[in-house]
Amino acid sequence: MTATQSNPMHSLIEKLIRQGPVLTDGAWGTQLQQLGLASGDCPDLWNLTHPDRVEKVARAYVEAGSRVILTNTFGANRIRLDAHQAGERVAEINRAGVAISKRAAGARALVFASLGPSGKMLMAGDVSAAALRETFGIQANAMAEAGADAIVVETMSDLEEAKIAVEAARTTGLPVVACMVFDSGKDKDRTMMGVTPEKAAAALAEVGADVIGSNCGQGIAGFVKVCERLRQGTDRPLWIKANAGLPEMVAGNITYRTTPEQFADYLPALIKAGANFIGGCCGTSPAFIKAVKSRL
Amino acid sequence: MQDLKQLYQAVLDGNAKLSKSVTEAAIAEGVDPQKLVTEFMIPAMDEAGRRYECGDFFVPELLIAARAMKASLEIIRPLLTAQGTQPVGRVVIGTVKGDLHDIGKNLVAAMLEGGGFEVNDLGVDVAPEKFAAAAREKNATIVALSALLTTTMPSMKATVEALKAAGVRNHVKIMIGGAPVTQKYADEIGADGYSESAASAVTLARRLMAA
Repeated sequence: MTATQSNPMHSLIEKLIRQGPVLTDGAWGTQLQQLGLASGDCPDLWNLTHPDRVEKVARAYVEAGSRVILTNTFGANRIRLDAHQAGERVAEINRAGVAISKRAAGARALVFASLGPSGKMLMAGDVSAAALRETFGIQANAMAEAGADAIVVETMSDLEEAKIAVEAARTTGLPVVACMVFDSGKDKDRTMMGVTPEKAAAALAEVGADVIGSNCGQGIAGFVKVCERLRQGTDRPLWIKANAGLPEMVAGNITYRTTPEQFADYLPALIKAGANFIGGCCGTSPAFIKAVKSRL
Repeated sequence: MQDLKQLYQAVLDGNAKLSKSVTEAAIAEGVDPQKLVTEFMIPAMDEAGRRYECGDFFVPELLIAARAMKASLEIIRPLLTAQGTQPVGRVVIGTVKGDLHDIGKNLVAAMLEGGGFEVNDLGVDVAPEKFAAAAREKNATIVALSALLTTTMPSMKATVEALKAAGVRNHVKIMIGGAPVTQKYADEIGADGYSESAASAVTLARRLMAA
């Protein structure tokens, strides 16, 4: 079953993917940790306190060949920032995050602003739909004002929350990428709430996401099947960002086992499965992006 | 007479309204409240956990089952307290220092409560000393630690050390969980057990109590 397309493909997206798969970026959190972000620190606040180090991460991806880079704004929504006593600085942190990535990108890459989940569960009554709508709306507006080229709703585990975020992001008029984490069930092909890739893709297309995909949650091997199944649910372009395997503690250090070359080995299978945008999530680095680029 | 199998089914289906009404009617008829818990409600939660483990249930089904169990427990708990009935175990649970994630921890807390444990939830970003103080104050039998971030896993180790320093380590069993956590890490820091999911946390907690 392929869903019918409710609105035409966004011109920016259409132009990007016309020549074939587009290389995006890799992880930010694990890169910032290497530059000194400590356990429990709020990564998003670094846009204000350590803009030079954040720009270093962004620049490394541009230099590695990313044509789309994200922003250090994954957790910069009011609900998460409140926990760091920075809830009043949402707009400032998001604007700074977009500005940093734009400086690093110059004319070489586009900047898609990262918008992550609230960290609260709608179904458990920890947060209301209205509060989510307002929270994501404020964040998305700040991103648009700062000149983001698109918004990426990412790492979503709950389809309901993802839909609210997509709707909020769409009010800016920017193209919207929407991606879910599939890490549950026997075959790691469901969201935490039990939703399949087919169903998620169809539902996200219905609320107007321009690009649909999956990030995080598992290593790249599992993404081939997820990508094929997203393709069953929608004819929108697809976005894939896999982890470098799952983290392991080796002699007290956090280690991701997948190498850049092993990661890049999956490129042909992902393209065959329908991926239009390809990059990495947790544990990946500019070296992974370089490895993928050499195979494109 | 109430058909008590209805209580089992209501909890399993997450039908809080029915679970509550069957509980009320059964108690009015003089059924032992402890029997309702151990013979019908806990087995229903165990079945929900089993279905979660084998991929038939997902988080929403677990949440509504736990909610139905809770609706009945609110009626039953005061009666059990009056009878002097002890819970299966007393758990102090929290997300470790530096980590603000609460979804996984909340699920484990709900499942342990559904399994008949008394649960004291300390919240997120809980300092090692706070775990130690609460374990002592609540006379805990289990301390359960959660972490979602690889960067906050070392706080688990610090909490084990704090329990030792406070002299409560030998009175409690320590269990840990969270996306990046492994059995190997549990062994490394001297925790008593690791659980991969909210449902298996209940099995683990029971095993630790029996040990």
